[in-house]
Amino acid sequence: MAIESAFFADQILFIVLPYLSLISFLFVSIRRYFRQTFTYSSLSSQFLENQQHFWAVVPFHYGIILLFVGHLAAFLVPRTVLAWNSVPLRLYILEAAAFVFGVLTFVGLVSIVVRRFSDPKVKLVTSPADWVILAMFGVQIFTGLYTAVFHGWGSSWFAASVTPYLWSLFTLNPDITPIVAMPWMVKLHIIGAYIMFAFFPFTRLVHVLVVPNPYLWRKPQVVRWYGIKRLLRSR
Amino acid sequence: MNVRSQISMVFHLDKCIGCHTCSIACKNVWTDRRGTEYMWWNNVETKPGTGYPTKWEDQEKYRGGWEKQDDRLRLKSTTKFRTVTDIFHNPSGASMDDYYEPWTYKYADLFNAPEGSDQPTAMPISMVTGEYINVEAGPNWDDDLGGSPVYAANDPNLEGLTEVQRQQLFAIERLVFFYFPRICNHCLNPGCVAACPSGALYKRGEDGIVLIDQKRCRGWRACVAACPYKKTFYNWSTGKSEKCILCFPRVETGQAPACFHSCVGRIRYLGVLLYDADRIEDVARSEDAGLIDAHRSMILNPHDPAVVEAARQNGIHDAVIQSAQQSPVYKFVKEWKIALPPHIEFRTLPMLFYVPPMSPVMASSEEGMVKSVSDDFFHDIEQARVPLQFLGNLFGAGHQAKVVYALKKQKAIRTYRRALTVGDISMDVARRMLTEADCSPEEAEAIYNLTSLCTFDDRFVIPPAHREEAIEMMLDPHEHRASTGFGFVDAPKRGL
Repeated sequence: MAIESAFFADQILFIVLPYLSLISFLFVSIRRYFRQTFTYSSLSSQFLENQQHFWAVVPFHYGIILLFVGHLAAFLVPRTVLAWNSVPLRLYILEAAAFVFGVLTFVGLVSIVVRRFSDPKVKLVTSPADWVILAMFGVQIFTGLYTAVFHGWGSSWFAASVTPYLWSLFTLNPDITPIVAMPWMVKLHIIGAYIMFAFFPFTRLVHVLVVPNPYLWRKPQVVRWYGIKRLLRSR
Repeated sequence: MNVRSQISMVFHLDKCIGCHTCSIACKNVWTDRRGTEYMWWNNVETKPGTGYPTKWEDQEKYRGGWEKQDDRLRLKSTTKFRTVTDIFHNPSGASMDDYYEPWTYKYADLFNAPEGSDQPTAMPISMVTGEYINVEAGPNWDDDLGGSPVYAANDPNLEGLTEVQRQQLFAIERLVFFYFPRICNHCLNPGCVAACPSGALYKRGEDGIVLIDQKRCRGWRACVAACPYKKTFYNWSTGKSEKCILCFPRVETGQAPACFHSCVGRIRYLGVLLYDADRIEDVARSEDAGLIDAHRSMILNPHDPAVVEAARQNGIHDAVIQSAQQSPVYKFVKEWKIALPPHIEFRTLPMLFYVPPMSPVMASSEEGMVKSVSDDFFHDIEQARVPLQFLGNLFGAGHQAKVVYALKKQKAIRTYRRALTVGDISMDVARRMLTEADCSPEEAEAIYNLTSLCTFDDRFVIPPAHREEAIEMMLDPHEHRASTGFGFVDAPKRGL
């Protein structure tokens, strides 16, 4: 009975939850983009506090982006990651690099929290949703670093076990057998990720979706024409 | 020739009395909202002085505008690559400390204070945090402080002045200053537009007004860094940047912008200029010394049939061309050449021009009396109390010639009018001065009329907006009554 209910919980957490979070992520992000376009902003607070900002925001962003890219690589090209890890030295390098970026992100996150608490102006523009996502990042980074230390060689077992599970979700044929045997800290990390994705479109995190890549190839000057002249010109 | 029209402006500094009415008009209409309290889309500075934000002209500090490198133009604040790497923290981003922390007073304390032997006071409180603050800076903290070692002595335009010239500028009892009102220049080669990572800033094709699309702005603040005039601002509450909109809702309905309309000294002129958009890049790349001439040369003669024809072909309405032909700005800038762009060496090609000030420059104090004396006609211009190099740094890209030309003409016109109306100067002398100043009596009369006797309609020649051609007319104004303006479906509320 106990085993069955545990299995039931796993099904909820690793099959139902991911689909719910994906639906929330896609539906709310798109709806918000079209219905509440104005709310898409980086909501930068550099204007209000320009000293600690650099040391908090820069390490956090570089750290989190590289960690995200690492997770994405293990998901998209697991064979390449496994091949890379087949030589022990390369495995150590990858693991050490991932850990360093984890620590970098952690340091950035702590600095962000300290800054948002200590500067009265920045505290003023910090919404409850901001505190929630900061807490979520805290949980994710803690469980991630814990996993890196106590459940070593994650880059290999992620590619070998978690990736097949994730792909099984995407191919609508969920198979949670590789996951149920995972240590609970790893499970917590995965569940945390799902909750974050679900919560993502309700927070300032949507600024990730509007990263301005078109700037790299657009012309420097922008001119907009209205009415008849715009029609004349578009011919 | 790619003819476009631009609503341009002239500020006649000789008439500015530094009353800040323009700033207040603008503030009351546009920037009295949360997050915009610190913004002054229109502000009036005292020169010499450090301005708003502090030392905005120092581009080593703020990195605004363009610079020429190997005959190519590039933004001083960013590159395509650095836009990516600096996206998390803008290294040249201005912070509230560079402006000031807006404040108000606890007026309620004046009424609520319990009866006592002391007068109740209204303590200053921050408009950001609501806490008591010690007010240390404001948007016009250098107001009238012409000789101040804190403000005037740190004016970036003092660069290149000799020690003697500086002493002359700051000598006690000979202190001098003039006012420098500023709004967005609605440039032809705007740095803010070019820097925006989101492509939210744009120049309106029909009238050249530079705007920020509030729905596309993501608050990366690249425009704030790239504008050398520091006339784009970050709204810290909504997380969007904002700037002077040249009161386009007013202009489109034939009214002068609020700051123009309210100007007590009637220093402001507004009208259409036709220009050749194909030449923008070439002109912006000119050598410093030739920038003003190049800028003038791209402004086209609206009476020239070839220009009119090209304008029509480009879809410019006949009424706009007609408006350009009556434009006071065209006369000041192109015909009379006495209005100069501010800091054109920033290479954004500003479309707001200034008639350099003469009165404070030429008057000299002797035995406590302020008078203007000279045997040589233009001697007192060369010996001006404000060193010409200072005005040259401000309006001549570091060169004095154009400023001297504008001042000489103004001086000659004054003499000519004095000869006409007072008669204590001989007409021969006045005419000789006009000739030396490259000015005919007819031109002198015209300048005199537009400077001193100008009516509201002389100063503001606003082209019809032809809203019937604009897509916004498809929206029902009644649907948007008491709402947040055209085009907004939802209120401009800060995101989570």
